Amino acid sequence: MADEPKSASAWKREFRNRLSDSRAASLLGGGERRISAQHSKGKLTARERINLLFDDGTFREYDTLKGHRCNEFGMEKTQHPGDGVITGHGLINSRPVYAFSQDFTVFGGSLSETNAEKILKVMDKAMKMGCPVIGLNDSGGARIQEGVDSLAGYADVFQQNVMASGVIPQISVVMGPCAGGAVYSPAMTDFIFMVENSSYMFVTGPDVVKTVTNETVTQEELGGAKTHTETSGVAHRSFQNDVSCLKAVRKMFDYLPLSNDKESLPWKEPTDDPDRLCPALVHLVPDDPNVPYDMTAVVKQIADHGDLFEIMPEFAKNIVTGFARMEGRTVGVVANNPSTLAGCLDIDASVKAARFVRFCDAFNIPLLTFVDVPGFLPGTDQEYNGIIRHGAKLLFAYAEATVPKVTVITRKAYGGAYDVMSSKHLRGDCNYSWPGGEIAVMGAKGAVEIIFRGKDVEKETDNYTERFANPMVAAQRGFIDDIIDPEETRRIICDDLRMLESKKLENPPRKHSNIPL
Amino acid sequence: MLSTAVLTSRRLQPVLSSRVALLSTVAQEVLPLEGEKVLVANRGEIACRVFRTAKKLGMSTVSIHSDVDSMAQHVKNSDEHVCVGPAASIKSYLVIDNVIEAIKSTGAKYVHPGYGFLSENSLFCEKVQDIGVRFVGPPSRAIQAMGDKIESKQIAIDAGINTIPGFQGVIKDAEECVTISKDVGYPVMIKASAGGGGKGMRIAWNDDEAREGFRLSTDEAKASFDDDRIFVEKFIERPHHIEIQLLADGPVHDNVVCFPERECSIQRRNQKVIEEAPSVLLTEETRREMARQAAQLARAVGYSSAGTVEFLCDEKQNFYFLEMNTRLQVEHPVTEMITNVDLVQHMLEVAAGHPLPADLVKACTDNGGVVPFKGWAIESRIYAEDPFRGFLPSTGPLLSYSEPTTEGVNMPGVTVRCDSGVVEGSDISMFYDPMISKLVTYADTRINAIDGMKEALNQYVIKGVGHNTPFCASVCRNENFRKGDTPTSFIDTHYPEGFHGVELKEEETVALAVSVAAIARAKSEVLDSPPLPLSSSEVFQTENGEPVVVDNVIVTLGGHHGQSYAVALEDAGTRAQVRKLGEGMEYDGDVHTLDLGPMDYSPMSSLAKTTVDGSKKVIQIFGEDAEGVLSVQMEGSVVDCVVRSPDEFALSMHMKEPPVVDTSLMLLSPMPGKLISYAVEVGDAVELGQELCVVEAMKMQNVQRSERRGVIKSINCAVGDSLKVDQVLLEFEE
Repeated sequence: MADEPKSASAWKREFRNRLSDSRAASLLGGGERRISAQHSKGKLTARERINLLFDDGTFREYDTLKGHRCNEFGMEKTQHPGDGVITGHGLINSRPVYAFSQDFTVFGGSLSETNAEKILKVMDKAMKMGCPVIGLNDSGGARIQEGVDSLAGYADVFQQNVMASGVIPQISVVMGPCAGGAVYSPAMTDFIFMVENSSYMFVTGPDVVKTVTNETVTQEELGGAKTHTETSGVAHRSFQNDVSCLKAVRKMFDYLPLSNDKESLPWKEPTDDPDRLCPALVHLVPDDPNVPYDMTAVVKQIADHGDLFEIMPEFAKNIVTGFARMEGRTVGVVANNPSTLAGCLDIDASVKAARFVRFCDAFNIPLLTFVDVPGFLPGTDQEYNGIIRHGAKLLFAYAEATVPKVTVITRKAYGGAYDVMSSKHLRGDCNYSWPGGEIAVMGAKGAVEIIFRGKDVEKETDNYTERFANPMVAAQRGFIDDIIDPEETRRIICDDLRMLESKKLENPPRKHSNIPL
Repeated sequence: MLSTAVLTSRRLQPVLSSRVALLSTVAQEVLPLEGEKVLVANRGEIACRVFRTAKKLGMSTVSIHSDVDSMAQHVKNSDEHVCVGPAASIKSYLVIDNVIEAIKSTGAKYVHPGYGFLSENSLFCEKVQDIGVRFVGPPSRAIQAMGDKIESKQIAIDAGINTIPGFQGVIKDAEECVTISKDVGYPVMIKASAGGGGKGMRIAWNDDEAREGFRLSTDEAKASFDDDRIFVEKFIERPHHIEIQLLADGPVHDNVVCFPERECSIQRRNQKVIEEAPSVLLTEETRREMARQAAQLARAVGYSSAGTVEFLCDEKQNFYFLEMNTRLQVEHPVTEMITNVDLVQHMLEVAAGHPLPADLVKACTDNGGVVPFKGWAIESRIYAEDPFRGFLPSTGPLLSYSEPTTEGVNMPGVTVRCDSGVVEGSDISMFYDPMISKLVTYADTRINAIDGMKEALNQYVIKGVGHNTPFCASVCRNENFRKGDTPTSFIDTHYPEGFHGVELKEEETVALAVSVAAIARAKSEVLDSPPLPLSSSEVFQTENGEPVVVDNVIVTLGGHHGQSYAVALEDAGTRAQVRKLGEGMEYDGDVHTLDLGPMDYSPMSSLAKTTVDGSKKVIQIFGEDAEGVLSVQMEGSVVDCVVRSPDEFALSMHMKEPPVVDTSLMLLSPMPGKLISYAVEVGDAVELGQELCVVEAMKMQNVQRSERRGVIKSINCAVGDSLKVDQVLLEFEE
């Protein structure tokens, strides 16, 4: 009997068994022990994350059977089907998206040549199909056993990130380690979300830092979610845990177009009346230009359902950036926030807003700007660190943007900062001021000191205040289209955005512009 | 010798002469009201209240306002308005000359002072009359006589009114205080003559305490009022604060009508919070006797217009005169609700020279000296203050504001009245009284009025400032309050450690979990595709005869790691099965099957209304934070809810609670700037939210408030210092 050749059916049956074993192994990742280790760190597995990210039952996986090709250091003896990264596509709120999720339970989520190939495959498909890519990062770094093959894999991903930039939205969710060169893939995507106390990003870790600079620092301090969302500005949002983080990714995804095709902009059936009056706005902004208020409260009065999804809420709080909807259409909101640093523009605020403006422009998202800005932040710190070139980024970004631009001055619009903040002069489509607007080179006191050198200060201050501490001159020049009742702001913006849907504006052909990086 | 002095009281010389003078007023010419102008020398709700009646009478209206009030509601509600000065009331609403100027410039013929501000200022009253304008209030001499504690008590004694036994003169020293206290009988109250607001007030139960009380009260009175005169009177145990509203047209017509009493015992630091009419405490005889004495006092001072005589009343129906308020009072609506009399209208008519209507006078006389009344009215004063942070005032614009209505509350026989001077967007300014409105409910019985109040509070949407509706709701739920056991010590007794929110009963919590699930489902229907699933009866299977419940959502109350409930929404959302979860996904306890009514909610609304097992549930929705925590309020209880699918919930089991952030004992400068001022000193005990210091940056003043309760250990900077970010401004003791 032993010599009896296997029947074709037996071969097939045997293969089917092997296949189902491989699939089961792929589903299990690094095995039960590593899964519970992952759980005990308060982290979910790559697959659990995928399940939370997508609508139930919509995820389609590719390359579940793909394995690495490394035969160094005994690697050939260990194969995990799928090789430590889950890739595929699915739906979020019924809209398609591609994703990859690194599996820390397989070789510590390290990036191999094949691993990179899988990622490149979804990115390539995403670009062809015009769908966003979401990367869930949880990786110890390069697969050292593979040497330069692994590094090549990284570089290929970097290159693809750059090719995809401005074509499809790319979102990175850092849910574990992301160190060394690996940080540059998320860094080149549009948004980075991080999970508190379980994720970190740095170019060199605490040990190397200690050796080189003799600084003692923990991973969390060096590159944790708090560090990157509050201090460095590397990441855009942080969340308490995997579950709330992935929920938030879904929430933000609802605001984003699928690609730079204008037709892919999302639209939600408006349940908020576009003509809704906002009486609270009449009193929200204090008359006294020196009294702070929270600009997000203004935005929330105006936006559909009062929803504002802030981008980088903890970094450079003197400017607010985020997504909202007006009559069901996504808009990008940029707003000076007088509750921090009087809402002035500094290096961080300029860079934060500039990148956001460019994202919106790249993806056809109209820009809605609220202005209450006393000017640029003075000081040696700012000048030495290059407020000139960084401030120029925001100016450049606004000037270059061809999407619909609607601007409302709520109170102060002083000096160069007035020009920068989506002014008429930078091709603003609709520019308004509330009656309490003050549009001038500077505040009355400073101006009078310069013009009159201390003579008749009181009288001249009154004159100046009467002449310039209001939006009348700007309205007479046509630099603002109208002085509007705050209460009617929402109605007017909705109406404008409706008209601006057919806006056509193109910059001259060129290889690319040269934004002051 | 002394005891006779105590009991018969000492006579103060000026009183007699002023009393004679009071009665010598001559008849006034009767003027028309219709077509005439009335200026209200006030702001806010009371100005709006007076304008309402004035318009009804065909009068035109004039408001006054400060700079910051130029867009206020009372200004919008008037035909004409005049600015009387800058924001601070001592520079605007309280400046007699400015108000007189406003009266002259507009040609107003009547001036209603409202309450507070100049309402009990006899000089203002005289100046108004001097320019030939009618003051809608009592004669100036009545204001004057009743304004002084000692003088008013003397007049009351002379008029045969019950007063608190005590010694009316000025006490020389501690020993005299002890002797007098013994004569009056312990317990006694030692009070500053110039006192108010509890300052310079001590209770003594024996000689030693009397001695000590004298010393402390004298010192405090000296420090607070620069007047160390002290007097002693009997301390009334478990008193109720009860007052009689009256209308008078004297001394010309000499009619006085008294209204059924108001019970105003629910007070926090001498500030009335909840008032009602009538009082549970009074018998009919006491009510009539109290009214008789109030009328007697009014006649004694030749009173006209509306006034209120306040009494302390103990549980044995003994009552004692406290003081007379010579103005329209904040809580007048409860009286209006149970008697159907417009007090402001009668004030205007009396000011015009009319006698009180004969039918009103007759009805009062026929009913034993009290205007006949029907039903019960409760009033909650809604203040802009944060009840969870020691009731600190809260200011800012009303980002969302919607008053409850009779139709919205929709309870048989319940009428809702909300007297306010604000609308959505109005600014609650730091310069003025933080009262937002007066919410009044009326019903046939007290308990129905209370339940109406509970419902009205549920439906009252106020966003942008902190407010005390959760506290009022808590009082309405209190069993002692519902029984009418409300001595003035009520709040101190039932909230000894302050207010920490309403605690829901288990069945309410379950209903909340179900309602939140239904809200999530309704929201999802609008915003998500596909929306949250519902279980149909088809998936309602049985296993071994036991029904299998397919949970749709897990609702966790009290934040991410709070108590969870598995909710299955079935039969198109008309029925819910709820189970409490124990550790993990284990069910803990019974399945509750509840009928669910239609959900009245849209993502735009702040209120979600539904019924759970036939009982109405109104949930206020405050919003969802970045972590997906939905903050809601039901029955005055503010709850953080998390709604998760069973999958999300199961995976959330692996999530760790965020590490407790070391609530540092330091206050750090939030920005580079300049230190303008410290509001505290070393050793000060501070409350949550209390101002600590002011940091100026970019010429903006940023008030730094305490995020903890504690004692200041050190002050680390000096005023005028320039500050770096995160520089330590002060430290707390551990």
